[in-house]
Amino acid sequence: MKERLRRTMMFVPGNNPSMMQDAHIYGPDSIMLDLEDSVTMAQKDAARFLVYNALKTIKYGKTETVVRINPLSTPYGAKDIEAVVRAGVQVIRMPKTETKEEVLEVEREIARVEKEIGVPVGKTLIMAAIEGALGVINAYQIATASPRMMGIALGAEDYCANLKTSRTKEGVELMLARQTIVVAARAAGIAALDTVFSDLNDMETFENEVRLIKNMGFDGKSIINPRQIEIVNKIFAPTEREILKAKDILAAIEEAKAKGSGVVSLNGKMVDKPVVIRAERTIQMALACGVITEDEIGGEI
Amino acid sequence: MPNKINDIEKIAKQLHMPVYKKDWNKNTRKRDYTPRKDLQTQSEKIVDLETAIKASGLKDGMTISFHHHFRNGDKIVNLVVAKLAEMGFKNLTLAASSLSEVHAPLIEYIKSGVITSIQTSGLRGDLADAISHGLMDKPVIFRSHGGRAAAIANDEIHIDVAFLGASSCDYLGNANGYSRSGTEKSICGSLGYAKVDAEYADKVIILTDNLVPYPNVPVAIAESEVDYIVLVDEVGETGKISSGALRQTKNPRDLLLAQIAAKVVVNSGYFYDGFSMQTGSGGASLAVTQFIREAMKENNIKARYALGGITGHMVQLHEEGLIEKLLDVQSFDIVASQSLKNNRFHQQINANVYANPFDNGSAINWLDVVLLSALEVDVNFNVNVLTGSNGIIRGAIGGHPDTSAGAALSVILCPLLRGRIPCVVDKVTTVITPGDTVDVIVTDYGVAVNPNRPDVAERLKRARINVVPISELKAIADGVIGKPDPLPFGEKIVGVVTSRDGAVLDVIHEIVEED
Repeated sequence: MKERLRRTMMFVPGNNPSMMQDAHIYGPDSIMLDLEDSVTMAQKDAARFLVYNALKTIKYGKTETVVRINPLSTPYGAKDIEAVVRAGVQVIRMPKTETKEEVLEVEREIARVEKEIGVPVGKTLIMAAIEGALGVINAYQIATASPRMMGIALGAEDYCANLKTSRTKEGVELMLARQTIVVAARAAGIAALDTVFSDLNDMETFENEVRLIKNMGFDGKSIINPRQIEIVNKIFAPTEREILKAKDILAAIEEAKAKGSGVVSLNGKMVDKPVVIRAERTIQMALACGVITEDEIGGEI
Repeated sequence: MPNKINDIEKIAKQLHMPVYKKDWNKNTRKRDYTPRKDLQTQSEKIVDLETAIKASGLKDGMTISFHHHFRNGDKIVNLVVAKLAEMGFKNLTLAASSLSEVHAPLIEYIKSGVITSIQTSGLRGDLADAISHGLMDKPVIFRSHGGRAAAIANDEIHIDVAFLGASSCDYLGNANGYSRSGTEKSICGSLGYAKVDAEYADKVIILTDNLVPYPNVPVAIAESEVDYIVLVDEVGETGKISSGALRQTKNPRDLLLAQIAAKVVVNSGYFYDGFSMQTGSGGASLAVTQFIREAMKENNIKARYALGGITGHMVQLHEEGLIEKLLDVQSFDIVASQSLKNNRFHQQINANVYANPFDNGSAINWLDVVLLSALEVDVNFNVNVLTGSNGIIRGAIGGHPDTSAGAALSVILCPLLRGRIPCVVDKVTTVITPGDTVDVIVTDYGVAVNPNRPDVAERLKRARINVVPISELKAIADGVIGKPDPLPFGEKIVGVVTSRDGAVLDVIHEIVEED
């Protein structure tokens, strides 16, 4: 499913069976089993084997499964793709993506395996992590490189190193990258995901950062610990006021439909298309966050 | 005019009472004009351990008892049993309220025949391992805390000599797990389990490392129950008795379980102003208190009392005014011990008041909610907290079956999987708490409600809690892990689990090591 809720993408080391076994119970929207940075060279094969079996064995339910592979330029990348596509992963996450061509290479590998095992070509989605200046410059090309692209994400640690700076609490060093990624993702019609925040003892800065990236337009955030999920969900959940307003707007639409009128008005004012879209998104988000139930909105929207 | 002298003699005759004469009362204590400060240091009760043992009349084949308030920091059991061995005692029954890792030296004394029988709530570490492998000829009798108290009160366990460690004791024998004199070397808080031993044992020996001036009030064990006082170097090792600070779990699974469990409690129908609660001491149970605390504040609800092993978290709620009173049979951490010492409405109770199964007035029977952990649960809601996934004894019954049976709502917190171990199974390895007393099992994959509590299930569903049949949870566990091989049990029975009322509930077989 290309479009879905992606507030939280939880990183799980691909060499840690007990964490992979039930990462989904904490309710992240996606889990990302990592074969790349959290796995040492010596463990690459073992981790690939574990991730393959985890995907085959464990029912992750509604949680989207993502695997971060090693770059194709390493001896592991192609093997990673082979294994996880065969295991039926939903999304392959490319690390350190800098050009459109890299995406196309990964796509060719995926397609080859899909054909071999007889699944519809194009089933496996791709997301690309942008972790350097060149990637940011090429963000739109990367985002539109393939119909498989479901999203682009920022990898801030490598990006900061590349930029010759380091991360601050305010995140000023990431401003351009974040804005570029959101704009590129929106232009391409795919998801924009923010980078991880690693200090689990500083929940306050984490919360501020989540609020910031939500306001910037991101769909969600990469996370490293289940304890971060609740905070992200809380911030992404629409407020009661937003929901009420959205409900009013949707009611007005229904009313207009019933009257056979093409013009929707609320409190005597015409409701513009973007307002309608926003209202629908608010209700969908509220439903997804469990803030309201189907019953409360009176059926489908 | 009545004749007083005649009347005294007359009425004494009628009432079969003697008549007072100046020398009649010669058996009572003579008046003594020594300043009392000098007098109390001459207390005849204070003797060395060997003298106390000899004077107690202990003989081969008798029963000695200990408490476990010093937990894994206990210095008393090993010290006393070593002395008994040295003095040549054999064939003793050791009836402890519980035993820990620190008691591994008992293995040698079991081998040499000093100890031939054990009654306890739990066993851990090397001792548990050795017993599971068939160390003893007689099976260990496991009892719950309430069951033990009742068995002692009913003389099913007859304690000949109780050896009770105390953090403080005055020269006359008034003992406690703390002292307001503030001179304790180690503090354990409540002596709730020891109080029962002191009350019913034929002879009571207090062992302390902190002799304090008379009167050592408040008193846990009163001088009238104490026969001898023995001064020892150390009753316990502070760091191992209990954790010093408020334990805050960061384990995401524990937090998840706690969060769901708190939601269960809040929506169970038993969360109202004036309710009462108890929690266990595991990470998840501790965390529950924090989530319930938030809900209490949010809903402006206060608890009438909290019971049991009291934790620092409970104390926090008490001090914030969210829990009116604390009834403390055992203090789980230093914060709780200090609170018992300092807070007026934090009261020490004995194990009979806590959980005697034959007494309607037991505090457990007035509990609304109890939250407990489990090693294993089964599809019939039976709970195991005693034997591990390898079949080896590794825990304690504690108050688990007592509180489950007593409370209006019992909630068990248990992860579905621990690594490659499934925790929801067809049949628990050992039944400790029978399923008919277990209402809700909270796992990280869903909440199972006992079919005999449709009322609770209904309320939880209405609150949109993920209520699932327990068979479904078991199926998920099987799906991930598969069927574990059967455990290598031998024929020999190494443990007998008794129900709260003293009946045989289950047996534990020895583990036969495979090559």
